[in-house]
Amino acid sequence: MMKAFAELGFSGRLIAVEGLDGSGKSTQIYLLKRWLDLQGLKVFFSPWNSSELVKSATSKGKKQELLTPTTFSLIHATDFADRYERQLVPLLRAGYLVLCDRYIFTAYARDTVRGCPPEWVRGLYRFAALPDLTFFFKAQLEVSLQRILDGRPTLKYFEAGMDLHLSPDPYESFRIFQGRVLEQYLAMSTEFKFLGIDANQAIEAQQATVRDLIASKLDLAAFAAHRS
Amino acid sequence: MRDVRTKPKKTPLPPLKLGRQRRVVVPQLSPKRFYGHGIPGVEAHNLRGRLIVVEGADGSGRSTQIAQLVHWLEGSGHATAQVGLKRSTLVSEELELAKQGNILSRTTMSLFYATDFADQLENSILPALRAGFMVLADRYIYTLMARDIVRGMEEDWLKNLYGIALVPDVVFYLSVSPEQLVQRNFAKTASLDYWESGMDLGLSRDMFDSFLKYQALIAKQFQRLQATYGFTIVDANHPIDEVNAELRHKIGTVLAGRKGNSI
Repeated sequence: MMKAFAELGFSGRLIAVEGLDGSGKSTQIYLLKRWLDLQGLKVFFSPWNSSELVKSATSKGKKQELLTPTTFSLIHATDFADRYERQLVPLLRAGYLVLCDRYIFTAYARDTVRGCPPEWVRGLYRFAALPDLTFFFKAQLEVSLQRILDGRPTLKYFEAGMDLHLSPDPYESFRIFQGRVLEQYLAMSTEFKFLGIDANQAIEAQQATVRDLIASKLDLAAFAAHRS
Repeated sequence: MRDVRTKPKKTPLPPLKLGRQRRVVVPQLSPKRFYGHGIPGVEAHNLRGRLIVVEGADGSGRSTQIAQLVHWLEGSGHATAQVGLKRSTLVSEELELAKQGNILSRTTMSLFYATDFADQLENSILPALRAGFMVLADRYIYTLMARDIVRGMEEDWLKNLYGIALVPDVVFYLSVSPEQLVQRNFAKTASLDYWESGMDLGLSRDMFDSFLKYQALIAKQFQRLQATYGFTIVDANHPIDEVNAELRHKIGTVLAGRKGNSI
């Protein structure tokens, strides 16, 4: 059975945000980080797919469309493992609040949609502990799609799920792909105790809910950078 | 074929004594399977070629043996392809850089090598087997598993990870005593490799000492893995030609359609 960091005796806490592209989760985690920073707390922010070490291989794989479902899955797991072992775990030992924009659930959802066996994907990430809090930003599919499609008219190959050959039209492919990822998220929402946030609300309303939940679940004073 | 790299041969090979049996043998389609779920969307049953794996430490003579096998197989009318660790288009450069900086922790290292393996499996090994090639793998998942187990990774985790791997037709493990390995490495490069000496494990500050200890640990894991994966253990302390004769004999039975691997 997988455990959260608190259950494993870590002094830090890990907060993850999950949701579709365009659900507004990155904006929310940014505002959350600002709020925690301004209180003088020890905070670290780790985005998905950001390990320096693995980045060049991932971007080469994506640009040249070299990735298959299996290597897509493995290279993201490598990236995650590098950040996990070298950053997240040491910081959590040192009592940090670690904010992750996407965590293992992103891999569970995407890789499964790509056709990797769910047990295999979950097995890969078994080395990782669960977040102490996971916020799931739930927007209507059309709203998320519109946010992305309005802002960035050229969709990237893997982002649009073009490797799945769902449709020759990148926009249509993206819609189908995102719809399937959403189904996967919803299916695991109870199992992993996602805290659902209605992402159709105003930014401020969502942020207020997030802050209230965190303040009620964590003793924030314990994470002060300089304790008197 | 894209991605199938041929390692340059180091020494010129002696002319091949082809002997009597110079009829070209057409191998039967041999049923194949994956260790676990395999690769999404890939069927193992239509793979016409044979997958021949040669495992063993640096200095056990793998590349020499493989070069001679290629020579022999091609002489017998079989097309060959060669793969090995850290030769993928996708991550080989990054993996090499990371190894030099020595900054990978064990899970990352393990997954990075698995990515390299998967890329070659999908882009080199499977297409070559589909096309009926004899694929010679200079090391396979067993080296990766043994290295990781010695570094404390869970065996069940590794088994799940490498459930993507195809079960080879035959796996040779070239067994050489650590003392002999040291001598061969010195004879070749007059130095010991950092990783092949397991220096990251802190077994000893003395590289010579660490090499012996590390290779003994790896050899122990191979013996353990042998029970599960049924390697053909070859005593590679013997002269090159004798070892090669043993390999050819076994491969001959595999080509005749009898399963070389015990599982």
